[in-house]
Amino acid sequence: MRKSIKVGLSAALAMAITAGAGMAENIKIAFIDPLSGPFATTGTNGSAEWNFAAEELVNKQGGVLDGDMFEIVSYDNKMSGKESLVQLQVAIDQGIRFIAQGNSSGIAGAITEAVKKHNRRNPDDRVLFLNYSAVDPALTNDNCNFWHFRFDANADIKMDALTDVMAKDENMKKVYLIGQDYSFGKAVAAAAVRDLGKKRPDVEIVGNELHPIGKVKDFTPYARKIVASDADAVITGNWGSDMVGLGKAIIDAGFEGPVYTYYAASNGITRTFGEDGKGSIFLVGEGAINPIASDRAAAYVEGFEAKYPDHDISQPRIANAVEMLAKAINEAGTSTDVVKVAYALEGMKHDSIWGGTVFMRPQDHQAIQNVYIQEHTDGVQFPLDNSEFGMNAASTVVDAAMDSPTTCKMDKP
Amino acid sequence: MDLFIVNIIDGLVFGLLLFMLSSGLTLIFSMMGVLNFAHASFYMLGAYFAYQISTVLGLGFIGGLIVAPVIVGVAGAAIERYGLRRVHKYGHVPELIFTFGLALLIQEVVKLFWGQNQVPYFEPHWLDFALFSIGENAIEAYKVAMIGISMLIFGGLLYVLTKTRVGMIIQAALSYPNTVEALGHNVPMVFMGVFGVGTALAGVAGVIAGPALGTFPGMAFTLGSIVFVTIVVGGLGSLWGALMSSLLIGWITTFAAAYNFEFKTILLAIGLEEPAVAWESKLGDLWTLTLPQIGPILPYLLMVVVLVFRPQGLMGRREA
Repeated sequence: MRKSIKVGLSAALAMAITAGAGMAENIKIAFIDPLSGPFATTGTNGSAEWNFAAEELVNKQGGVLDGDMFEIVSYDNKMSGKESLVQLQVAIDQGIRFIAQGNSSGIAGAITEAVKKHNRRNPDDRVLFLNYSAVDPALTNDNCNFWHFRFDANADIKMDALTDVMAKDENMKKVYLIGQDYSFGKAVAAAAVRDLGKKRPDVEIVGNELHPIGKVKDFTPYARKIVASDADAVITGNWGSDMVGLGKAIIDAGFEGPVYTYYAASNGITRTFGEDGKGSIFLVGEGAINPIASDRAAAYVEGFEAKYPDHDISQPRIANAVEMLAKAINEAGTSTDVVKVAYALEGMKHDSIWGGTVFMRPQDHQAIQNVYIQEHTDGVQFPLDNSEFGMNAASTVVDAAMDSPTTCKMDKP
Repeated sequence: MDLFIVNIIDGLVFGLLLFMLSSGLTLIFSMMGVLNFAHASFYMLGAYFAYQISTVLGLGFIGGLIVAPVIVGVAGAAIERYGLRRVHKYGHVPELIFTFGLALLIQEVVKLFWGQNQVPYFEPHWLDFALFSIGENAIEAYKVAMIGISMLIFGGLLYVLTKTRVGMIIQAALSYPNTVEALGHNVPMVFMGVFGVGTALAGVAGVIAGPALGTFPGMAFTLGSIVFVTIVVGGLGSLWGALMSSLLIGWITTFAAAYNFEFKTILLAIGLEEPAVAWESKLGDLWTLTLPQIGPILPYLLMVVVLVFRPQGLMGRREA
């Protein structure tokens, strides 16, 4: 008796599975980012944003081509380069042709190399790499290739936009640079020195230092140095608890000028700064959700917050990436010949849901878009971290770094 | 000069915080011979409990300051009574593994209940203002309160250990546990009490450090190893030693982070020529190294030096 129930159940299950597979052809996108370990919050937040964007912006609009649906398949890379390459191979073996990854430029560098090799050796099942967050400029310069597309503004573009805005402040005479002691921290400092030197040679860099990453227990001595240096503004590329610790110590030490950051929002950071961060914490980034660009964007954010109350739209570019991929697939008329899709994506001008246009520069596959200097404040329409506080765009640089040079020389098939 | 005084105060705050952690650990270590790897985890629990009590339950900062350490202490005593004591008879290695596992367990439990992100646990409003300024540097009232609370605890601990009967028994049990037991004292009970009070002290440290240094799942890990350095430098079982080494380490790390001394100046002073490209020189990174960059390893260097020249620690009576 028991046995027959089991057999019946498995038969029904098998039928259900085959029926499901037969109904619609899904276009799968492999999402490879940390879903466990210390960086899991960032990874799970990104996964939620990809899933929501695919569902809302593509599937509910009827899919692409003849009703093909997007499906996000998540792989946990545990924030390790080695593990990422294993997961990449698993995804490719399962026939997935679109790879999305963003956390850590080191891992993005490993993936872009692996994709390049794979595509050279397997011309019949090539894949595309959609980099939605890794901002190391090298990925679209010396290490660029035809298969890699970056939807975020890279670190140099962000610094260019930030210094454009800072340069207008006549009262700013002294700037302090502080960052984590590794490649990204150094890149931010170097870009700041270069850009400020060009735009405001009269501004003095009164401090340029790197602190051990993740090892500083108390940031107070650093904050004291910043106050003592008489700096008018601080620039930092810090993220995670190093960002919170540094920001809090600077404000507590009585520093009154602006602190310009890359990553001081969401994932608990906005909530932690709270009232103290008002008027002090600024962030440079693409895509601002306050003020919201349109009713469509507002409905999108509301829908996301309703579906994922514990997450935020912290990476608005993901919506652009999904919409642009859908457009490119439609234009190419295929989702399997990624060379055609890549050519459709190249040079695409896309009206972003967040306002402005996104232009995928053909020579280096770097997205050129509006970059916003956003201010940590309260009373915004869409706050972050389930708190009263959020980021509000204070100034906009339209199509930031459109004519910036690139050293990219890519071989196109 | 202003900055020097400010750094003295900041170092004092951090040193006293370390003292609250190390005072409990040094008593536990010297009495039971257990290197309690989970000690900093109790510090983290103190911060999280205080956050829960003061913010979510609405009892305010004082409520958290009083209730959270008690809960942490009771939990610590229970873990000693029902966990450590059972493992004790198998020797030191199983004890070590037990406390190590406990640290991992507490870390995961904290993540499970409060998530990966930093929780919004702040200084109370009535202490969140600049009490006075030296130069342009504001000294927060909360920092002064931290100093006050730590001083009070040090005084109380010193009084109990040296002036009361309980303190006498603890001191005796530290050096001659068998004799004390033969005299009719319940030594396991004393052990449990010391473990409970030690973890409660770590809890207090967590309650007051949470708002200042941040309350997040990595907070135990960042402070854990430095606490062991403190008790080894200070000398096992010595309260004064723990105080001295805590302050020493507090000032060392603060001053190291505060002054951008470049090692280049030494190399130039001894007559070496600066290479055009630093990493091509034999001395490599030494040319670009600054004092703040090596700040975090200075306490470990201090420990090595102390172990070489004074293995029993600054104030300790027996060898580590």
